[in-house]
Amino acid sequence: MEDVISAYDFSRDQYLEIFSLADEILKGRKIKMKEKIIAEAFFEPSTRTALSFSAAAQRLGMNVIGFSSQEGTSVVKGENLADTIRMMENYSDCIVIRHKFDGAAKFAAEVSSKPVINAGDGKHEHPTQTLVDLYTIFKTFNTIDGLNFGLIGDLRYARTVNSLLRGLTRFKPKSVYLISPPPLKARKEILRELNYEYVELNSPYDVLHDLDVVYVTRIQKERFPDEVEYEKVKESYTIDEKIVNSMRKGSIILHPLPRVNEIDRKIDVSPHAKYFYQASLAVPIRQALFVKILGE
Amino acid sequence: MENGLIVTKIKDGTVIDHIPAGRALAVLKILGIKGNEGNRVALVMNVDSHRIGKKDIVKIEERVINNVESELITLIAPNATINIIRNYEVAEKRKLRIPDIVVGILKCQNPLCITNNDPEGISKFSSVSKVPIVLKCDYCDTELTEDDVLRQILS
Ligand SMILES: Nc1ncnc2c1ncn2[C@@H]1O[C@H](COP(=O)(O)OP(=O)(O)O)[C@@H](O)[C@H]1O
Ligand SMILES: [Mg+2]
Ligand SMILES: [Zn+2]
Repeated sequence: MEDVISAYDFSRDQYLEIFSLADEILKGRKIKMKEKIIAEAFFEPSTRTALSFSAAAQRLGMNVIGFSSQEGTSVVKGENLADTIRMMENYSDCIVIRHKFDGAAKFAAEVSSKPVINAGDGKHEHPTQTLVDLYTIFKTFNTIDGLNFGLIGDLRYARTVNSLLRGLTRFKPKSVYLISPPPLKARKEILRELNYEYVELNSPYDVLHDLDVVYVTRIQKERFPDEVEYEKVKESYTIDEKIVNSMRKGSIILHPLPRVNEIDRKIDVSPHAKYFYQASLAVPIRQALFVKILGE
Repeated sequence: MENGLIVTKIKDGTVIDHIPAGRALAVLKILGIKGNEGNRVALVMNVDSHRIGKKDIVKIEERVINNVESELITLIAPNATINIIRNYEVAEKRKLRIPDIVVGILKCQNPLCITNNDPEGISKFSSVSKVPIVLKCDYCDTELTEDDVLRQILS
């Protein structure tokens, strides 16, 4: 495996191999890659993703260099992305990049001869979040095939949604419901390529009892022309007790986090709430990914 | 001969035939022809065509069409034929085909695409549909339709 730019960059077998390696790591298998250096190029701030990549690298005994915001780097002096990447590839074995521009990771991968991992490029993709998402589902149901998925919220600007939809093409979901207010429907460019059934809906209520996985993303206020519109839609996409009570037994709620108020905090104790468990898998799955890319 | 050669024959040059009606000016724009180059240029617009309904034809004396130009022409005139005229006769006919990838010529419409934001960025599109033409940015997945392409060429 070379670069990880898109959720398409993994075959079904590669997803499953990474899951089983993560399982071994969780069971205590120690893998050390002491000589290696990971460069983190976080041009856009991140807490969770940057920390989990750093923790994963350090658990493998690797060194981490890089920056977690543009401030204080030569980027603010006007250095272009290509030059920053050329510098970082000289200093490391693998570059993890987050950038505000769509396609920045692919561009970086073309510049760099060292592997590049996309940790989020604009509103485009976030394939390692998909690894976390699918791994959580796989550990819960022991399969990804045959399940019903409901993706709720902002399906247009959420990069985790694009990557998840693409990652699911490697499996055989039974049906995928795309539940969003009309202006935030999933991008047609992404939908066009999917090899499984999907249904677009405005409201979750008709399908809730059928869903195995409810994947929630935040609706951002900035996406709406005015506050009134936003307040109107906000309600119907908030996961509260009313929604959870209509969910089927054994079904789960996932969220890439950070959440603001799209999931009522009362839900956190529900057996359906798996988003903190999901977050806990972020480190082992990224350890497994590093091992796959860099070799033991 | 079809359309009775509405305009005078040219001796050597290029005839671009089967352009969808109304797009002859866009073809001239692709070729960078403003009218002050000195070659004789003839436009035939809105004539009947068996194949595409109404069509335009562009005839240019002493001018060859390069690859980039013909690629761009296919994007707005997918059925166009390029006829090379030598000594008043059609010496060669090139049927154009829509390229699978288009590099550097068009601009991604997504202002936040890396290709619009790095001095080393070069646009690259793959054609995901040929009828109608849909191109998709290799970097950010944003699509360009035939209308978008036309608008970019004319702007
Ligand atoms: N010497 C010429 N000068 C200008 N236009 C020409 C000349 N010869 C052919 N054409 C034009 O080039 C196009 C292709 O010519 P031809 O191969 O004869 O017709 P078709 O493609 O319809 O079978 C036609 O539009 C025709 O009018
Ligand atoms: Mg003809
Ligand atoms: Zn683009």
